[in-house]
Amino acid sequence: MQPGALSSTLRKGAIWGFIVLELIFFSIAGEYLSLSDKAFMDYDNMLLLLKQSAPIGIIAMGMTIVIVNGNIDLSVGAIFAIAAIVLLDSMTWPIFAGLGDWVIPVAWLLALIAGTLLGALNGLIVWKTGVDAFIVTLGAMLGYRGIVFMFNGENPTSHLNWTLVDFAEAEFLGFATATWFLAAVTIAIWFLMTKTVHGRNAYAIGDNREAAVNAGIRVGPHMMINFAIIGFLAALSAVVFYSESGSVNPNDGQLYELWVITAVVLGGTKITGGAGSVIGTLGGVIAIQLLRKGLGHIGADTSTVNLVIGLILIAVLILDRQLNIKSKGALKI
Amino acid sequence: MATMTKQQIGSIFAKQGILIAFALFLIAFTFANPKFLSIDNTFSVVRSSAIIGIMALGVTFVVISGNLDLSVGSMMSFSTIVVLDLHDKIGPFLAIPAMFAMTLALGAFIGFLVGYMKLNSLIVTLGMLSAIHGLTLTYSGGQNMDIADKEGTWFSVFGQGTALGIPVPILMFAAVAALLGLLLGKTPFGRKVYAVGGNGTAATFSGIKRARTVFTCYILSAACVATAGLIQASRSMGSQNTVGQGLELEVLAAVILGGASLMGGSGTIFKTVIGVLILGFIQNGLLLMGLQFYVQYVVTWIIIILAVWLDIAAKRGKLLSPIA
Repeated sequence: MQPGALSSTLRKGAIWGFIVLELIFFSIAGEYLSLSDKAFMDYDNMLLLLKQSAPIGIIAMGMTIVIVNGNIDLSVGAIFAIAAIVLLDSMTWPIFAGLGDWVIPVAWLLALIAGTLLGALNGLIVWKTGVDAFIVTLGAMLGYRGIVFMFNGENPTSHLNWTLVDFAEAEFLGFATATWFLAAVTIAIWFLMTKTVHGRNAYAIGDNREAAVNAGIRVGPHMMINFAIIGFLAALSAVVFYSESGSVNPNDGQLYELWVITAVVLGGTKITGGAGSVIGTLGGVIAIQLLRKGLGHIGADTSTVNLVIGLILIAVLILDRQLNIKSKGALKI
Repeated sequence: MATMTKQQIGSIFAKQGILIAFALFLIAFTFANPKFLSIDNTFSVVRSSAIIGIMALGVTFVVISGNLDLSVGSMMSFSTIVVLDLHDKIGPFLAIPAMFAMTLALGAFIGFLVGYMKLNSLIVTLGMLSAIHGLTLTYSGGQNMDIADKEGTWFSVFGQGTALGIPVPILMFAAVAALLGLLLGKTPFGRKVYAVGGNGTAATFSGIKRARTVFTCYILSAACVATAGLIQASRSMGSQNTVGQGLELEVLAAVILGGASLMGGSGTIFKTVIGVLILGFIQNGLLLMGLQFYVQYVVTWIIIILAVWLDIAAKRGKLLSPIA
């Protein structure tokens, strides 16, 4: 075994261990505290959990590759809202009136294109100006949100298409549509990050950008592609979610970036880049959703969820540091 | 010779670009609307910028020391709610110090984690953003806080009072800015903050206690947040739990506009004040032009990126990044 292998195994498995702990805790605590008769680990409840994980989970997959690449994206919540508006509004445009239900794929496509372009714009700015991704996407988070408000003021944008709602509420082999999307995205990004040149380069750039440049990797295009991917996924998340709900408020998606980053960090991805995995992120997403549902199950209110998730995030960071000290040498200041 | 001048122009722009832009911007808006720079309007802009401004002063210290603070928004909600609640329970004389103590305790906790435990400040303050929000909701039970007897208390003086014809929030903003400006620019502590942010390893080897310096920066930031919360509470005499939500980003935007680098080691209090005023005047100018308030978000986006880009471009002498 290489030095540090134990701690890295521990770190990779930690999130799943945490999920098991949560399941045990909420099952037992639920017996005593829950108001409902249903067990926490009820099959339907778990399926619902997977479905509810999808909106955050789909974006978190994109965030994993962006953070591994050494960047961060704070604008995902705003892109999410813009894509939702494009989706719902475009279905009512007069030019598409003759399409009937064929308007659905057109609206999906438009929303996904909008998200991809907004993400790519962030990437292009990071690439060409050399401004830190944190600043670029912080600005974009404000700017894109402003665009959302400019569209329809503070009013919600609504359009219900029942064919679309049926599709979003459909179940295939017992799993909801949203769950299938989450699974497909997870597999696709896992493949991209572990089996392709682009993925390997993304890790290399995040780990040591100068070395990557010296090795002849074109840093800029890789970063831009990753921003386009996260923009696409933020839009996909919106498309999946709003197909079902049919109404978007201009404030929707706010704080999503925080939930998503929390999930990614809980899943063991290094915030400074170069290390992390999609599978870990999936664990992080499920762990957060379990926590929200579980605390609800034992009768705690939303304020406790915020408190607990914040503290767990910090606890994970402390734990991670303790595990890393021996393997890396303590001279890092 | 030509290159010399070009470099000189570049360095002037790098150093004073934000001031030049600010001046041009003020002139343009004044031409568009003569009311823009009237005393009344200026007072109203600075007064409404004071809350964000005071928080930005504290965050400037944190950013110069090479860290981030995303928790100031929810921390301000916390201090606003706490001081309003305690006002009716133990009276304003005790409520204010009690609120300061509680907010400073939160700041100390963050400072301990980032300074002494050496944890990543982005994640720690992200976690604290969520945790303090939960704490505030737990404290208030999710209810709005209101002062019962709004007329019979002197508590409104911080947000609504005037002294010598100048609104008190402006005076407090100016006082805190002057104090922290001196602390950062003229004391050994200020130089330590720059040293720690510029090169932490070198600072440690030259005998500067990095952990203690970072810790103190977070304490200062929390003190500023408590002051901002006090003004907010006193101005509205009642508050929702989410009053500070999202302010951390506007605060960071102001600090970045002022030219502080997120890598640490650069920035000044004076420039942060300029950044705050730019944001405030943009917001006001756009409203005076009859535009909706959310247009300012888009304008802020463009200005932040342009400001930082030009700053970097002037330093490297090239407009576009050399990244392949």
